[in-house]
Amino acid sequence: MSTKVVKEESMVKQKEMIADHFKKLARAKEEGKKVVYTFVPGNLTELLLAFDCLTVHPEINALQSGMRKKSGEYIAEAERAGHSEDVCTYVKCDIGMLMKGNIGPTGEQLPEPDLLLLSYTGCYTFMKWFELLRERYDCPTVMLQVPYQGDGEITPKMVEYVSRQLREVLVPKLEEITGKQLDEARLQELLASSARSEENLVHVLESAKNRPSPIDAYFGGVYYIGPLFTAFRGTPAAEEYYRMAAEEVDQRVALGLGPVTPEGQLENERFRLVTEGPPNWTHFREFWKMFYDAGAVVVASTYTKVGGTYDRGFRHDPSRPFETLAEYCLGCYTNLNLPDRVNMIADYVRDYHADGFLINSVKSCNSFSAGQLVILRHVEEKCGKPGAFIESDLVDPRYFSPSNIKNRLESYFQMLAQRKGQKVTA
Amino acid sequence: MTLTDIIERCQALYDDLDFGYVDEWKARNPEGKAVGYLPTYVPRELIWAAGCLPVGIVGGGDQLEIVKGDACFQSYICHLPRSVVELGLSGRLDALDGMLFPATCDVIRNLSGIWKLYFPDKYVKYFDVPHNYDSRIGGEFYEDHLHEILAELEQLGGRKVSDDELRAAIRLYNENRRLAGEVYELRAKEPWRVPATDCYLLVRAGLILSPDEHCAMLREYLELVKLEDRPLRDNARVLVVGAFCEQPPLDLVRALEFAGCYVVEDDFLLINRWLGDTVDATGEPIHALSEAYLKTPAETSSRYVDDDGRKGRYLVDLVRKSGAEGVVFAAPSFCDPALLDRPMLQAALDAAGIGHTAFKYSENTGQLQPIREQAGTFADTIKLWGTA
Amino acid sequence: MKCYVGIDLGSTTTKAVVLDEDGGILGRGITNSRSNYDVACEVARNEAFIDARFQLFERELSAVGLGQLAQGFLDDLRQAFRLEQHLAELGELHETCAINGRNFSKEKRLDAALAQIFGTLAEEARDLFGPGTERRSDFFRDIAGSRYMSLSEEIAGDYGFEFEELLGLYDKSIITVENHVSDIEFQDQLGRAVEHTVETAGLIDEEQKRIKDALHSVIPRRLLPVVSVGTGYGRARLPFPKEHIRSEILCHGLGAHATFPGTCTVLDIGGQDTKAIQVDPEGIVTSFQMNDRCAAGCGRYLGYIADEMNVGLHELGPMAMKATRSVRINSTCTVFAGAELRDRLALGQKREDILAGLHRAIMLRAMSLLARSGGVEEEFTFTGGVAKNEAAVAALRELIQENYGERTINISANSIYTGALGAAIFARRSGRGEVDHVGATALEGGLVG
Repeated sequence: MSTKVVKEESMVKQKEMIADHFKKLARAKEEGKKVVYTFVPGNLTELLLAFDCLTVHPEINALQSGMRKKSGEYIAEAERAGHSEDVCTYVKCDIGMLMKGNIGPTGEQLPEPDLLLLSYTGCYTFMKWFELLRERYDCPTVMLQVPYQGDGEITPKMVEYVSRQLREVLVPKLEEITGKQLDEARLQELLASSARSEENLVHVLESAKNRPSPIDAYFGGVYYIGPLFTAFRGTPAAEEYYRMAAEEVDQRVALGLGPVTPEGQLENERFRLVTEGPPNWTHFREFWKMFYDAGAVVVASTYTKVGGTYDRGFRHDPSRPFETLAEYCLGCYTNLNLPDRVNMIADYVRDYHADGFLINSVKSCNSFSAGQLVILRHVEEKCGKPGAFIESDLVDPRYFSPSNIKNRLESYFQMLAQRKGQKVTA
Repeated sequence: MTLTDIIERCQALYDDLDFGYVDEWKARNPEGKAVGYLPTYVPRELIWAAGCLPVGIVGGGDQLEIVKGDACFQSYICHLPRSVVELGLSGRLDALDGMLFPATCDVIRNLSGIWKLYFPDKYVKYFDVPHNYDSRIGGEFYEDHLHEILAELEQLGGRKVSDDELRAAIRLYNENRRLAGEVYELRAKEPWRVPATDCYLLVRAGLILSPDEHCAMLREYLELVKLEDRPLRDNARVLVVGAFCEQPPLDLVRALEFAGCYVVEDDFLLINRWLGDTVDATGEPIHALSEAYLKTPAETSSRYVDDDGRKGRYLVDLVRKSGAEGVVFAAPSFCDPALLDRPMLQAALDAAGIGHTAFKYSENTGQLQPIREQAGTFADTIKLWGTA
Repeated sequence: MKCYVGIDLGSTTTKAVVLDEDGGILGRGITNSRSNYDVACEVARNEAFIDARFQLFERELSAVGLGQLAQGFLDDLRQAFRLEQHLAELGELHETCAINGRNFSKEKRLDAALAQIFGTLAEEARDLFGPGTERRSDFFRDIAGSRYMSLSEEIAGDYGFEFEELLGLYDKSIITVENHVSDIEFQDQLGRAVEHTVETAGLIDEEQKRIKDALHSVIPRRLLPVVSVGTGYGRARLPFPKEHIRSEILCHGLGAHATFPGTCTVLDIGGQDTKAIQVDPEGIVTSFQMNDRCAAGCGRYLGYIADEMNVGLHELGPMAMKATRSVRINSTCTVFAGAELRDRLALGQKREDILAGLHRAIMLRAMSLLARSGGVEEEFTFTGGVAKNEAAVAALRELIQENYGERTINISANSIYTGALGAAIFARRSGRGEVDHVGATALEGGLVG
């Protein structure tokens, strides 16, 4: 019981942080704060904070619209306006929300952007998304191109390209918009703070190597990555949040406790899974329930690396602020090539002692989804553990079929059980 | 050679899903290698200069039966990667020693990784392009990238490539694109002379033929076609846009014309005309290729339009230049670039008072009736009211 | 005697298999699935128990040295019993129609109309269930339905009805009859059928008596289902405890393994989904893939095509086999099935050739699913309703040969029962206290619910 209360503390803390952020956004214009719209992968929060800019992440708006059951209506609105049913529903949800008054998750209107920072990292659609938003806002757009790791490595040339764009394109534009000079010392402080939070995030994520795992690294994981992947990296609030989270997790490990689910403590860890792909947001709870009802715990996920692959050792390094930001952007999960993704998933299965892995293939996201069936076979071959494949979408409620998904998951869990059983008797 | 002979030759190349020409070329050039590339753009000059035959792989069309390719992709992913994987896994691309996957979209991007997984012994490269058009920033990155690819091609081809060889390749491809452009210009001017399918097949042949051979073919065609008299029909003049990657089946192109549309401009097989003959063949060749890419005004969905540009302006200019009376948006199903771009381009056309219609296809679309009807109605609207 | 039951609640049909203590198959039953899952399950199980009874008859006749008589005689007995059952159901339908139609105005002569319709149906039934006859369908709804329609169309006017009124009455009543499960009359019906069949079989008196004794000794024997296990798409809605629910993947894998022990790869094409399953030498599933969220290429697609062509589903295969060439069909989208077909017919393509192309197109989808699951290993077992379609099987053979080379392809005449058989085997294992890790898991983890 006591652990549950402690657990809630970090959750409460995060809720406060988010509420506070949206309040700031609502007051941004009257307080003369500049607002930058940008994406989660390859986000440059420290740099923006160094200019006292406030950030809005359209993907986060979209996923929150999904969780608040508003996305269906927003998507329909965008499709009525001529957007194809075939394309990314994050984009359509965002545009639909905009067309309906741009009311954020707290019920307050989101401020218009002073800058569209197109951090073009690991997702082709980002480019179209901001080209589309640009048509609706009277503000400049900065394209920050982050080259794809086609050969599975970050080369010095790539780092140079990104950091030069930061120095020579983005910073001058931010200086122009805010009327401030970049304070490099302040940027370094923010980066140092980020690194401290990152250390604790990795500690939390890696706690899942314990048996039972004290966390669910997918459904629970999306909460843990929240502050670091969005507006809070580099802030004292984030540092405090991650300190709390790490302490909670340590305590759970010491007591041998499993993860906390919406229905309370998971008592019996039956299956340990690795997941690939984003979750579905419109039926997030229902989806999660299909896992914990079966005693399935996700011990590692690739989705929690879309905003940085910290568990592979990356930390923001205040001594080389621009290069470190460049390396950060280049290393985000969706910027990795397929062989590297195969290796990462197979490594997770091994390192986290998983029984198998599951791919949630979302219709919206080709960056994730194109090739996942090939990933499936290659990971199976590499780690010898069975994979499962289900399909849904990010925020389009039409693409979540509970009975269909449940049927597959159930079949998969039973197969895992049968295979585990076979080993015991053999 | 007659016109019919030329088009038949092109049709045979188009139909040959085993890419027999590559084997023939290799037999004639025992040292030569062949390097495949996907849409939309790669600098073929580098491949050719390195002694390799560039081979455009734009899908399997409507005659390839897909078994293994479908195993790799969910139903909501476009058709092109399925047929490309099918071609690869069925051994039809064995003659290719390498493959370049350009930065067209995330599907083609990921296909580069699939290729690395399936063909670990082949040269497989993701070909990135700059979206920062400042020569000092995007240009420098791009030149580095081109140098890197050239070095890899040199290794594949087993020999160093001199700047003179690169300049020669640039001249050859400038000429090739100029000739292809001439066919397009002729068609725009006198569309009854150059049927849309002939134009398509002719340009498509350039994806596999060696550039010199293709140039010769284009020259011969241009000479012969001017002698041929074909009846002028009362068709509407349309520009087709959105088909720059996965190709529509030939029957679809034919259906548009039968339905009363003269295709006077399109973005099929963009690589044959992208950059035109603008690449400087006198200076530092890699720099010249880079500059041509950075400074081209040509737009396509995969290329970022920065704040200095204006989305859709290029399309509107192209409509004017080609004398098109309306625009047909023909996008492959599930094509993110084309479909996400469409509302913006449509808005630009609306602002310019240019009519448009839209449909989706896949490379193996068998049901053409709805498209015929739609194109026919569009053509009638243009003819009756002058605008759609 | 103790027995074990497996129920496979599918989207189109519900199947049941009964096993005896030694694991031998006692009986199989099938019915069309309906909105009420409990009933579908109950009906299929009853059918299987009836079938089991005939199995017991056969065993009993062999035991008393009448085995050589058994086959022909039991076939006749089965027909006689079906007739009894059918007549009883007609009676019930008649009554229900009368009740449901009581509010029609008096000018309409309902009783007389029903008497004429059901009188004719009953008469015709004797021919339908005569010795050696075959029916297009064994489901009461199908047999009675089409005849009822044509009869009411003929006579409606004579009794002051619109055809639609009688049609509506049928639709309303058939559900009641279908959803009414009764086995109280079962023993009576069977008894009557035995009497009738024995008397008309042309046996000598002494044989007659021995057969009757043998059969009557079986009729009251009780079959005690120790454990029932449910599977299939609708399994979560079966009235079974959680620990007795298994995924259809596991059941199909095990069922195919039990039928053909050399099975490595299983393909099941049902109405709404297609499954590719790999099993190890023990029948344990090692990997599986199911079709994605769209139903393209499933059995239902053939259903649409049959509807579009206005022919019976079972006629498609034979028609396709008459093709002289196969037309290439690139889309198996159920939504466009009709349009595609009309388009091609309009182009002048032959119906048979189009059908051959359609069958190949469906099998291409199955091939890609198989490839996703890990390919086609030796031996390969094909199950599900579509396995009965000869054109589908021919296309599959061709494609497997082309893509994987020589493979043994197993198809059981009872392949539609594969899932139910797997479930029954799980039931038997569980009933005999054999280690079954899935069951244990389901129990502790609560997989369903």
